[in-house]
Amino acid sequence: MSEDFEPKIVAFVCNWCTYLAADLAGTNRLEYPPNVRILRLPCTGRVDFNLIIKALEMGADAVVVSGCHPGDCHYTAGNYHARRRWILFRELLETMGIETNRIFFSWISAAESKKWQHMITEITDQIREMGPYTAYHEISEATA
Amino acid sequence: MGRIGVFICWCGENIARAFDMDELTEAVAEIPGVRCAIHYKYMCSEPGQALIREKIRSEKLEAVVVASCSPHMHLKTFRAAAAAAGLNPYLVEMANIREQCSWVHEPYEDETVAKAVSIIRMTVHKVLRNRALEPIRVPLTKRALVVGGGVAGIQASLDLADSGYEVVLVEREPSIGGKMAGLSETFPTLDCSQCILTPRMVEVGQHPNIRLYTYSEVESVEGFVGNFNITIRQKARYVDIEKCTGCLECWNRCPSREAPSEFDYGLTKRKAIYVPFPQAVPARPIIDLNSCAKFLRNECGTCLKVCQANAINFDDQDMLVTEQVGAIVVATGYRMYDIGREQENAKYAGYGEYGYGQYRDVIDSLQFERLLSASGPTGGEVKRPSDGAVPKKVVFIACVGSRDNAKGIPYCSKICCMYTAKHTMLYKHKVHDGQAHVFYMDIRAGGKGYEEFVRRAIEKDGARYHRGRVSKITEENGKLIVRGADTLAGAPVTIEADLVVLAAAMRPATGVLELAQKIKLGYDEFGFLSESHPKLRPVETNTAGVYICGACHAPKDIPEAVAQASAAAGKVQVLFSKGELTREPEVASVNEQTCAACFACVRTCPYLAIDKAEIRDRQGNLRKMTARVNPSLCMGCGTCVAVCPSKSVDLEGFSEEQIYEMVNGLI
Repeated sequence: MSEDFEPKIVAFVCNWCTYLAADLAGTNRLEYPPNVRILRLPCTGRVDFNLIIKALEMGADAVVVSGCHPGDCHYTAGNYHARRRWILFRELLETMGIETNRIFFSWISAAESKKWQHMITEITDQIREMGPYTAYHEISEATA
Repeated sequence: MGRIGVFICWCGENIARAFDMDELTEAVAEIPGVRCAIHYKYMCSEPGQALIREKIRSEKLEAVVVASCSPHMHLKTFRAAAAAAGLNPYLVEMANIREQCSWVHEPYEDETVAKAVSIIRMTVHKVLRNRALEPIRVPLTKRALVVGGGVAGIQASLDLADSGYEVVLVEREPSIGGKMAGLSETFPTLDCSQCILTPRMVEVGQHPNIRLYTYSEVESVEGFVGNFNITIRQKARYVDIEKCTGCLECWNRCPSREAPSEFDYGLTKRKAIYVPFPQAVPARPIIDLNSCAKFLRNECGTCLKVCQANAINFDDQDMLVTEQVGAIVVATGYRMYDIGREQENAKYAGYGEYGYGQYRDVIDSLQFERLLSASGPTGGEVKRPSDGAVPKKVVFIACVGSRDNAKGIPYCSKICCMYTAKHTMLYKHKVHDGQAHVFYMDIRAGGKGYEEFVRRAIEKDGARYHRGRVSKITEENGKLIVRGADTLAGAPVTIEADLVVLAAAMRPATGVLELAQKIKLGYDEFGFLSESHPKLRPVETNTAGVYICGACHAPKDIPEAVAQASAAAGKVQVLFSKGELTREPEVASVNEQTCAACFACVRTCPYLAIDKAEIRDRQGNLRKMTARVNPSLCMGCGTCVAVCPSKSVDLEGFSEEQIYEMVNGLI
């Protein structure tokens, strides 16, 4: 892979847990690669998985979905809905030929700033290794 | 819309040390739709806010992005500043370039700068599609329903009534007072339970702001916060409590005395027409049709003949009444684990080996409370139920059910350690030559003066504590043979007791699940009602406008139940302190034209905020069904948006279009 490839990672995070973990990482000055772009949503329950495909289509090299731990959802159960949808969606993606190892699903509470830092660092390294995501356009061209 | 002002904050050095602020601002000014981009040292300071206000006016800005810290820090600040300059506050958004950029990435690196620009671009894309919104206003009925007239419900009702709000108090039993009215003395002060409770009961009965429904149940609950419609079933009492003077001539003359007394937990018999206990509120009788000869055999009718007030009505029927309230406090309390009897649920195993219900001198703690009580069946003398003899040796068994997974209850019932210590003490004070034995697992005496209280029971009043469980109780020659283990001594223990008292686990009151379903409350696997947040919202529930207090939430003692009841009343007062309710307008809405009425959203919504609605034409014919969001209940999580197969639901502030454009802006 090219040495100067910098992946673009889109993170859909919930307003109440993971967004606050990312804020806390800032307060604690926990350094991590700037490749991640955070998009704040009220809840991971809001993540329609078309969004993930859209992000890949628009040029993201990886997508992160992160919200409250099971049982901690600010809206009671949104994260369970997200998890249930993700389990189904993953199968669909595989059928479509989209690499699921570019999509990351995690629970990060408002206190887990270190977990956020480590996760983003690892994902960035991993995607740097994997190289840019071009398969989406190859697939859509092949099926056009 | 294309007149957006972007205000980039230095945050002193916090942001400015990572970027060349002039270059960053120039790059931002290039973003389509941006009218002006300005940087300043402290945007949140008064001069910073003045700068924003001035630019809104002079540049006729249609929306504002403040690129600085987290929106959790200052979004309210900047929205208020914009509102002061006449811009709708929902047209202000923040780009978080401090916590999520300058603080965590290498300063001046290309990637860091590119990230800051893309965060701002994303926010510009969002705010371009924001709509001016007004807070949702919901009318508010400033009356409260309290369900349950035990000590928690009494406290909540009086707090609310004393602060000037009308209270509708619904109690299932013929009198308020709950479990506490039947207790002897309370730990750790040993003050008489009735002496402290009954004046509060009288206050409830006489309070001009409290409408009391006894022998009544909540039939249905409709509506939402601020606007609940409650239907109450007033069960037929066969005595008109308005006409009745409380002379109790009917009770004196009633020939039937066969029914076990509910108030004395079956230790005595009561008549067919009865007042549950002398201090009952209301102090009016009720006819039990299961033991009244009039109802059983159409005989007697003595009460009808002797009543001077014409208050007896054998044709009485259940009545449904409706009440409008704005808030609900649930205080339905607890009941005791059925120790030996048949369990209604196979999960609970019972304790057949203890012979409860088989040996008359094996009783539970609430029955022992009655034996100790001056108003009890023995006038406060400790006499055992079988032959009325004074028991010289009493065995108390703690954790009967509690902390026993095999019996279906893993939790600690919390109050048993304390009341068992109290029982040994009160017993010793009444039977000086008696000996109390306690079998326990651990002594849990956390609370003000609690540990000292237990030590007093052991050291001063000589209760003998055995750490271990009892395996079996049998009866031989009028003695109860209690076989257990003392694990500290490492030896089996056999005690020939005259009386055995079982400290059974606390369980939620019967019928609470049906009530929870009516009010739409969550509950745990044991049926205890769920609070909204265990630390920060302990008396609130996930249904707006509904609060819980007392033992319906978890086992707790009187001080805790009372504190929680006052907390719940306080929360209702906060709710009622405004003229009307205002809510954040960032809620979901349904496009009723495209809605296919699959109702996936209705099933998904955690707040039950989406209803099935009908669309009818002018002739009243049904055109179609649609989902419809009640904005008074929607909390704006957006789960419905993600599940809608026809993309007919959208969330204000996080619409499909907005999020796609935000992703576009990010990449």
